[in-house]
Amino acid sequence: MKDMITPVAVPRAINWNRLQDDKDLEVWNRLTVNFWLPEKVPLSNDVQSWAMLRPQERELTIRVFTGLTLLDTIQNTVGAPALMPDAQTPHEEAVLTNIAFMEAVHARSYSSIFSTLCSTKEVDEAFRWSEDNPHLQAKARAILNDYAVGADPLKRKIASVFLESFLFYSGFYLPMYWSSRGRLTNTADLIRLIIRDEAVHGYYVGYKFQRALERETEARRAELKDYAFSLMFELYDIEAKYSAELYDGLGLTEDVKAFLHYNANKALQNLGYEALFPPAACDVNPAILAALSPDSENHDFFSGSGSSYVIGKAVATEDEDWDF
Amino acid sequence: MAGLVYFSSGSGNTARFVAALGLPAARIPIRPADPMPQPCQPFVLICPTYADGTGKGAVPKQVIAFLNDPARRALIRGVIAAGNRNFGETFALAGRVIAAKCNVPVLYSFELAGTETDIFRVRAGLDRFWGTECLTP
Repeated sequence: MKDMITPVAVPRAINWNRLQDDKDLEVWNRLTVNFWLPEKVPLSNDVQSWAMLRPQERELTIRVFTGLTLLDTIQNTVGAPALMPDAQTPHEEAVLTNIAFMEAVHARSYSSIFSTLCSTKEVDEAFRWSEDNPHLQAKARAILNDYAVGADPLKRKIASVFLESFLFYSGFYLPMYWSSRGRLTNTADLIRLIIRDEAVHGYYVGYKFQRALERETEARRAELKDYAFSLMFELYDIEAKYSAELYDGLGLTEDVKAFLHYNANKALQNLGYEALFPPAACDVNPAILAALSPDSENHDFFSGSGSSYVIGKAVATEDEDWDF
Repeated sequence: MAGLVYFSSGSGNTARFVAALGLPAARIPIRPADPMPQPCQPFVLICPTYADGTGKGAVPKQVIAFLNDPARRALIRGVIAAGNRNFGETFALAGRVIAAKCNVPVLYSFELAGTETDIFRVRAGLDRFWGTECLTP
């Protein structure tokens, strides 16, 4: 019987000086430099601003953040760990541990916002709401199905990219909206740090998906593309209902939907696919775009509609390691 | 008439944008060992952004290597930058860095692989841009 035992793989130490995929180190460096904790953001400066919101607006904000907490919790405890067995390089596994941990930081950040701004009673109510809300539960379950043990590794990556690059945005809309009106601006700073991280996560998992796709047959590629678009339709349907329930009261639902369309297209691009929603459906409120990337000017020298184009002083650039 | 030079990493976003433009374009290779394009006429550079949260490392190393050659650099006329608004103030930062280093305008910026609107604007914009360039002695 001894002969029947399958040989066990040799435990190997990770060598960061022998890379199979340069993208692993590039993303590792990006994520580690971008590391942050909620304590670095002066959330208490938003106490006055919070007090100026109407009760209905406060309830909406707490619910939105509770919904985001649920998605971050899933990514931290299930999503990122579920991708590890499918990793193609040891460095990819290491990057995924970083992603998993940062999702825990994100989930923890919302509790920092709550403890700074809200009463325990309000927050407890919102957590109960998150467990009972059919749309929030439906999107969580749809994603968890794809993460389950034995699920298709590439469908898992599709689900992960859709969570990181699409499902968060019905929630991220609100702090960007408040920030564009000069409300809760410190909270918005914290949310922007989360948005920055999620962009790297969606980009990296999408990149690994594209690499894996290169090794698949034509038929399998077609199957995965069909799957991605049908999952996007399913999730969009849930998101549209979730957004209407949350934002109808403030008359913002249509504005939120344009933002959803825009982000759905970006999520598909992270997987290497073409856009689903036409440009006319993605006309995001410029105030929201400006809140996303404050201080970054929109350059359109061609149409002359952008702010003054940038043209700098020439610098000698003879040396090999020209440090931009 | 003049050309396009671009860089795109393994994610392929900028390459898909350039493919959708449907204009002749030379690609700066991902691997340093591969040969660099040697443009012999003026060109516009299309470049993605890889900045960290502090703005460091915005321009890919291979693009730096390409521009470090004075003969190649002498022919750059403008830069189009790609990025992601989710990176906040460093969105499309590579364009601003290259513009400052090479004394050329940032012509346009877009996200990831661009949208239909971006493709349309860049195609029309490049057409007009090269038109005005030709009138300049």
